[in-house]
Amino acid sequence: MSRPPAPEEDSPGVPGFRTWRGVYLFVFGCFLLVVFALTLFARFYA
Amino acid sequence: MSTLDWFVLLGTMIGIAAYGTWRTRHTDNLNTYLKGNHSTKWGTIGLSVMATQASTITYLSLPGQAYENGIAFIQNYFGLPLALILVCAVFLPIYRKLGVYTAYEYLGKRFDQKTRLLGAGLFLLQRGIQAGITIYAPAIILSTAFGWRLDLTIVFTGIVAIVYTVTGGSAAVNLTQKWQMAVIFGGMITAFVILLTKLPDNATHIAGVMGKLQAVDYTPDPKLRYTFWSGLLGGFFLSLSYFGTDQTQVQRYIGGAALREGRLGLMFNALFKIPMQFFIVMLGALLFVFYQFQPDTPLVFNQSAWQRQVQGPAGAEFRALEERHTVLHAAKQEKIRAWTAAEQSGDTAAESAARVELAAAQKASDALRKQARDTLYAAAPEAKKTRDSDYVFITFILTQLPHGVIGLLVAVMFASALSSKAGELNALGTTSTIDLWRAFRPLAAHDEARNVRNAKWFTAFWGLFAIGFALYVSFAENLIEALNIIASVFYPPLLGVFLVAFFLRKVGGTAVFWAAVATQLLLLGLFYFGKDTVAYLWLNPIGCAACVGFALFFQALLPGRPAATP
Repeated sequence: MSRPPAPEEDSPGVPGFRTWRGVYLFVFGCFLLVVFALTLFARFYA
Repeated sequence: MSTLDWFVLLGTMIGIAAYGTWRTRHTDNLNTYLKGNHSTKWGTIGLSVMATQASTITYLSLPGQAYENGIAFIQNYFGLPLALILVCAVFLPIYRKLGVYTAYEYLGKRFDQKTRLLGAGLFLLQRGIQAGITIYAPAIILSTAFGWRLDLTIVFTGIVAIVYTVTGGSAAVNLTQKWQMAVIFGGMITAFVILLTKLPDNATHIAGVMGKLQAVDYTPDPKLRYTFWSGLLGGFFLSLSYFGTDQTQVQRYIGGAALREGRLGLMFNALFKIPMQFFIVMLGALLFVFYQFQPDTPLVFNQSAWQRQVQGPAGAEFRALEERHTVLHAAKQEKIRAWTAAEQSGDTAAESAARVELAAAQKASDALRKQARDTLYAAAPEAKKTRDSDYVFITFILTQLPHGVIGLLVAVMFASALSSKAGELNALGTTSTIDLWRAFRPLAAHDEARNVRNAKWFTAFWGLFAIGFALYVSFAENLIEALNIIASVFYPPLLGVFLVAFFLRKVGGTAVFWAAVATQLLLLGLFYFGKDTVAYLWLNPIGCAACVGFALFFQALLPGRPAATP
């Protein structure tokens, strides 16, 4: 078996984000923004 | 290609491989060999995940697909960011906590040995075949375009990947993928910028009016291959299977300095994958506009096969098609100019009329292209092994880019083939060692040097298997398209098993094992008998839900309840 697992830290260590939940929400928000932008893009050039 | 192109191509391709081999030549620790360097940061992991997923098909065929059918393919990636969030939140912490080398090792801990072997077996079967295609697909296109020998192209690409993957394992794969991605980004951006300089000012409007920019389609029709719904739901389950349960990807993020590095590497992909794919499909849509204004736009882009027929005994028929194409192409150019003038004049009625005429001209042009391809395939059946759209981007590269840049773009194609190939070999070698060899030889688990030696042998074996398969499939037709769909047939039971493992603690190994077997049979039946009613992406949610449902059902039938482990 591999080496024993080291204790893992819980903080994302990304400026502006204190928890991973915040990072996930940010990524999800960006995804919604991208889909919205693509929809507008398709409508504009239709 | 000129001497300069060859210098750039071989310099980048051999140079990166040699650098990776040399830097990781002393890798003799099993953990480093299988999981990569302990100090690997999120940037390297993120690029490695991206490089493994994007093969040459992404950079060579996708622009051609957008040229032909527009940018709707982008919707296939809509489920990816959501799947990566779930992998980050649930899958990755468990893999790290248990310190496993493979995803299937976890199944052994959570369920039993037979479920672990089933998972590893499904992976090896599917990925072993895919590894052959990873070499074959670009080799047949590049060898046709350049007139190279197909077998030598396959063997050369395969051997280069084997050398550095066997030598340095996961550490070498991570290291080389970082530099290969730099070559890929550099080459693709250069091609895009050069294309932009050759386009008219209203190129995007022309692409739009000719129906190439329909990025999102909200039609809830399961028969349509690319819609928002199939991309979101089907793409979510396909991505969850691929990133969460396919060792090819699990191996890329399971190592690293800390849990944080793996998570950030995956979030990097969640953020940038759709924009990257958008950039590639836009390249294809703009190539379409570019070729509308070229006087010598080919009727068929696989010019190597086409010219053989033009100069052959049935040449008159092919030349007649070319003459019709010249007339239709010139007429279409006139329609585009008429639409542009009407659009700029602000006359709505004239613009609408011009738009209708342009659509009719495009329809006539598409019909002639189809007739030409059918005529070519009837005369030369071997040309059917690839789609004509696969040759659109490589034709642009060869005819429109300056020397040096041509070499760089061909290096992009080989770099992407090597990076995805190396990731596959690394995962196949690891799974064979950990889940098969060590499962049957548990006493050998403590002999680290022997484990590394075996992992190297297995990696080499899978590399040679892939080369052999690629050489063999060159005699088959339409295999590439069939294998692109195979993931949707074989992934769902695997994902179902993992979802049961993570979320249904009361279900045991026997129930989930038979649930996976039943689901696999169901999916094979659905694929063969229902392919005209259900687009392949829908097999992912259907199969996954069926596996979970079967597992619950079988568990209810079985006496007693197993104790849940992590």
